[in-house]
Amino acid sequence: MSTTATTPAPRPLSPARTLATAVRVLRQLRHDPRTIALLLIVPVLMITLLRYVFDASPQTFDAIGASLLGIFPLITMFLVTSIATLRERTSGTLERLLAMPLGKGDLIAGYALAFGAVAVAQSVLATALSVWVLGLDVVGSPWLLLLVALLDALLGTALGLFVSAFAASEFQAVQFMPAVIFPQLLLCGLFTPRDRMHPVLEAVSNVMPMSYAVDGMNQVLTHTDVTTDFYRDILIVAGCALLVLCLGAATLRRRTG
Amino acid sequence: MMNSQGVAPPGAVEARALTVERGDRTVLRSLDFTVEPGRITGLLGPSGCGKSTLMRAVVGTQAKVGGTLDVLGLPAGHPALRPRVGYVTQAPSVYSDLTVRQNLDYFAAVLLPGRAHRDSRRETVTRVIQDVDLTTRADALAGNLSGGQLSRVSLAVALLGTPELLVLDEPTVGLDPVLRRDLWNLFHTLAADRGTTILVSSHVMDEAERCHRLLLMREGTVLAADTPDALRTRTGSATIEEAFLHLVDEAAATARKEATR
Repeated sequence: MSTTATTPAPRPLSPARTLATAVRVLRQLRHDPRTIALLLIVPVLMITLLRYVFDASPQTFDAIGASLLGIFPLITMFLVTSIATLRERTSGTLERLLAMPLGKGDLIAGYALAFGAVAVAQSVLATALSVWVLGLDVVGSPWLLLLVALLDALLGTALGLFVSAFAASEFQAVQFMPAVIFPQLLLCGLFTPRDRMHPVLEAVSNVMPMSYAVDGMNQVLTHTDVTTDFYRDILIVAGCALLVLCLGAATLRRRTG
Repeated sequence: MMNSQGVAPPGAVEARALTVERGDRTVLRSLDFTVEPGRITGLLGPSGCGKSTLMRAVVGTQAKVGGTLDVLGLPAGHPALRPRVGYVTQAPSVYSDLTVRQNLDYFAAVLLPGRAHRDSRRETVTRVIQDVDLTTRADALAGNLSGGQLSRVSLAVALLGTPELLVLDEPTVGLDPVLRRDLWNLFHTLAADRGTTILVSSHVMDEAERCHRLLLMREGTVLAADTPDALRTRTGSATIEEAFLHLVDEAAATARKEATR
């Protein structure tokens, strides 16, 4: 075709479209106050519950509490994203958006931005309450806890987006939670240190991103300075999030059968 | 119109040997047709004949498309076509947990992003809400609208950004007669005033009379492509429905003749 004067192809990532998508996702959430309340309050309640479960052993609360501060955002953002993107796929809005000049990157970054913002709010509440009210003993900076929590939330968003491609219904999407999250939960070192597991399981836990999320939290818990291990941990979590986001982008098809 | 020298302006949509497969089934079999620019072309045929697949191929969301399919001078699905083609799916595809205006705000920002265009976006959104007659419901949640209202929101999204080609999959299903008339008047205004090419599908034959040209489809093939008048005259029928049945019988007879040969 020798047609002249064609408009340029859309760029892979447009900040304005990404921002518009994030605003749209947050507006959708705003029409659902109950979900917002659950997102913000459930972690706070659980961490409070944990504090009194380990009433007699504050050290245990410190270790498990810090790990949970990293795990909450991962699980909630996983659930919220997998359902939200599944709805986007089934309602036809995804097909419509991909027939418009919206880059796949815009859509994914928009979701990550919106749910990242929610995760920050969630983590600020839970961390502040743990450190200042429940007496969670953190040696390092609480800001670093927040940073790890945010990266965990992004990882959860990435995983949710990815698995939503393999779910045909909301029922299936919810079932991916135990399938994807529980094994990581069991192996991440929350229940027993990873080096005391069966060697095979330890090896498996070495390649699961949540292990590094929990390890990062523990680094902050026990060290005043930022350790090399902490850098390694957050780089691995961030890298995994990015990798899974790219895999998720590959599941968004403009042309479908 | 088409002429043998090929000097006529290219159609808004040009299909040559267009074939689409879904799974192991051939949904469209080697179609050749042209959609003339600036006119309303009706795509008519019983449900399941491949209308939606054809439309999805034109907007570039259909996989496994064979043959040649050019849209506005570019291969269908070309990225540069995305701002120039508006598409309304059969099921209304809007966010039910946003208001009508919030839905349109978002899709407008996708089409024309940036702070610099904020005012023109607001004007466009107000205009398309008026176009589909939803001004009084602009701040209602889409999930609380009736089926007909919802499909008009979906249509309004496609009218944003003044597309050169509008592809509408059964846009008048479930609408009352007054609204249907209003929408058809809107389509004619768009074609006449803005030169928009409209490809609209329907399985209701009485809507055919409102189109400039018709593509009659059956079982993945195009039975006939002509103006409503020409189709009726050629088949000696009073209505498009009769003309359609006549063409179906004719095609069946030809097929029988070829089978016995």
